[in-house]
Amino acid sequence: MIHKEVAVVGGGPAGLTASIELAKRDVDVALIDENLQAGGQLLKQTHKFFGSEEHYAGIRGFNIAEKLIEEAKGLTVDFLLEGSTYSVYENKVLAVKKGKSTRLISAEKVIFATGASEKVINFPGWTLPGVMGAGAVQTFVNQHKVLPGRKFTIVGSGNVGTIVAYQLLQAGAEVAAVVEAAQDIGSYYVHANKAIRSGDIPVFTSHTIKEAIGDESVDSVTIAEVNDNWQPVPGTEKKIDTDVVCLAVGLRPRTKLTSLAGCRSVYSSTLGGKVPLHDENMETSAGGVYVAGDVAGVEEASIAIEEGRLAGVSAASSLDYISSLSQEEQKKEIRDRLGLLRGGKYGEERAEEKERIRGIFNERVERTESSTTRR
Amino acid sequence: MNGVINVVKKEQDLRVKDHPILKEGSARNKVSITVEGKEIEAFEGEPIAAALLAADISVFRKTKKRKDPRGPFCGIGLCTDCVMKVDGEPNVRTCITPVEDGMVIEKQGSTEVPTNDT
Repeated sequence: MIHKEVAVVGGGPAGLTASIELAKRDVDVALIDENLQAGGQLLKQTHKFFGSEEHYAGIRGFNIAEKLIEEAKGLTVDFLLEGSTYSVYENKVLAVKKGKSTRLISAEKVIFATGASEKVINFPGWTLPGVMGAGAVQTFVNQHKVLPGRKFTIVGSGNVGTIVAYQLLQAGAEVAAVVEAAQDIGSYYVHANKAIRSGDIPVFTSHTIKEAIGDESVDSVTIAEVNDNWQPVPGTEKKIDTDVVCLAVGLRPRTKLTSLAGCRSVYSSTLGGKVPLHDENMETSAGGVYVAGDVAGVEEASIAIEEGRLAGVSAASSLDYISSLSQEEQKKEIRDRLGLLRGGKYGEERAEEKERIRGIFNERVERTESSTTRR
Repeated sequence: MNGVINVVKKEQDLRVKDHPILKEGSARNKVSITVEGKEIEAFEGEPIAAALLAADISVFRKTKKRKDPRGPFCGIGLCTDCVMKVDGEPNVRTCITPVEDGMVIEKQGSTEVPTNDT
């Protein structure tokens, strides 16, 4: 059994910043990630972030990952890569499989920054090779520099769908269609503008995918118009030649480990599904267990970066590494930045939802001693 | 992006080149792997699934009962749809397992398919 003061599970933006804040204050922290390298989904983000300078505006996602990894490595963060955390036992013991062996890691505090997984929709042919998640397409194209096909149909026109469409053009592929059931494109204007107004991407709003067709893999898809009840309208079917169907229909928090850790949760459609209850310090109902980033509600990488910092500062505070005078100040700074990030129509909606979840936490969860436990 | 590509170029190289943003990076070692008895070129360290997709291989396995074709779906090791037999070991997640020179990769036989698979 390995002992750590804090174990952080997930090395994406939230896990990296949580580890950085902890290591900066000399906390003994392990960062566990199942991939070959840390960085999470930032590694496949080729677009520039927007917002303010402190949120890395103007820097591309994969460069932000590089910066954070470099910073963490310069500190004393103990990286445990290619380690899959597959179970959580009592007293914050994690079972981590690396290669063929399992190691047990016990920690005084655990931060789950396990991110999100892609939602899917089902239709005839959806299991054919060639139907894949938008995240998978981004991974292959931007990270491994391989196109999983030549002609793509993208289902969903939210931020992910439109960004992937644009990135496919950049990589030299053809986008046969972006299919969106709603009447309008769902993404931020800036992404829609780049992708759709390039003129190379046919957009079918008020349409849905009916079927993916092919013997061994996808050759074509059938799409159809939808009525006000989201049902396909007979006679409006169109066949589109395509060899990859890219599903960009949303993300849900990846909560398997938080469930195993006994964290209570609540459903939130705004935040992608089941969300672990958490307080203003990112602490869950399982005392000493924190969440940060998409697992605490699907939002954006810049939010994950700040939530990771907040969870890190909170865990360091509860381990007495930060004076009680200074910790509230430090947390407030981060909360203020989170407030700024959650501006705008969509941001405000998410801010209200987070507030609602904190309310439920306060109502239902009795504060355990552990939130103030001393080492 | 002025009005490019409106035909499916069957011969188009699936490796991304001349990307406006992604750097070329340091030259990677070319290695050779065997897939279903056929030798293909790959880059050392890239996921097996990436090497197969670049070689225009999209069917990675067949399901146990219905023999339905399956290929990569999540690309990050979660869904297990892309599992293959690698150097004799079944159920290897090809999307997160790096290529090594001389690897022998096969589609799985029905006995090695996960039991809950249809």
